[in-house]
Amino acid sequence: MKRFLIFLPLCVAIAIGLAGWWGLNPDRDPGSVPSALIGQPVPVFDLPAIEGIGVSGLSTQDFTDASGPILVNVFASWCVPCRAEHAVLTRMVREDGLVLVGINYKDKPDAAAAWLTELGNPYDRIGSDETGRAGIEWGISGVPETFVIDTNGIVVFRYVGPITSDAALANIRKALAQAGADKP
Amino acid sequence: MIRLLIILIFMATSVAAVEPDEILSDPVLEARARDISANLRCVVCQNEPIDTSNAGVARDLRLLVRERLVAGDTNDQVYDYVVARYGDYVLFKPPWKSTTYALWLAPFVIALLGGFFVALVFRRSNAVSGGDETLSADEEDIFADVTKRHTDGDMQ
Repeated sequence: MKRFLIFLPLCVAIAIGLAGWWGLNPDRDPGSVPSALIGQPVPVFDLPAIEGIGVSGLSTQDFTDASGPILVNVFASWCVPCRAEHAVLTRMVREDGLVLVGINYKDKPDAAAAWLTELGNPYDRIGSDETGRAGIEWGISGVPETFVIDTNGIVVFRYVGPITSDAALANIRKALAQAGADKP
Repeated sequence: MIRLLIILIFMATSVAAVEPDEILSDPVLEARARDISANLRCVVCQNEPIDTSNAGVARDLRLLVRERLVAGDTNDQVYDYVVARYGDYVLFKPPWKSTTYALWLAPFVIALLGGFFVALVFRRSNAVSGGDETLSADEEDIFADVTKRHTDGDMQ
């Protein structure tokens, strides 16, 4: 018993060291919130289109009979980071040929339409969520947020904040590739 | 004037973030809504309950909680509804399940280990100081000798 006791301080030191190594890791974001939706089917929602932009609205139905993975982007014309992210999304759609749909969160339809006219529209479908209720169904905490949905309509990945860093882009590409590979 | 000021100050502290248009006409339901909102974390400001948060999403969730209550949900059903969308993270009091056993049990385990350690230390110190409390004849002689030498030294 006594002989083992001399290792106790060493064990305590190692435990503190491990806790510090985990806690002070610069890649760990203590503010990040895990999504309850990962592994779950797309929530039930049905959003109308934004008038006058020639793109249809968005509902759960659009995910259940999809032919490939879908990228869902929650955006708003009043959201400044969304403007930076818009260019990245547009380039992704052009280069990777993916399906991108949008949820226009708590935005006035004419403001959103003007924003899309100014910057261009990379979205295949856009649902207008004026009340923010669909946003709650998706469990979002702010804009922008981006989800990857696989072919079975299951949410497989979520990213909070603008996809402007290379790391964020790489993570989303990886999730999209995996979602596409799961195709039955 | 001063009385009015005092009244205003007290009103200011009791209002929190719940806006007048959110409050339900049924005081019983409203009280339940306040109870529930106090235990739901705001997902934007993170360490604030939605009851006192001014964030847009917090307001939406307060309205949602009230809507569910009016629709006839029990408190647990309302919690389940929000947890289904935002996860256990939104609860200030985490549930008792396999992923939270460590969280709930850690304080008791640490207290137990601490108690065990304290008991060990006490027993050891008792063992050292325990035994015959009086001095033996030899010890008395040594003691007398030392005190004598000491007092002699002082006199010089």
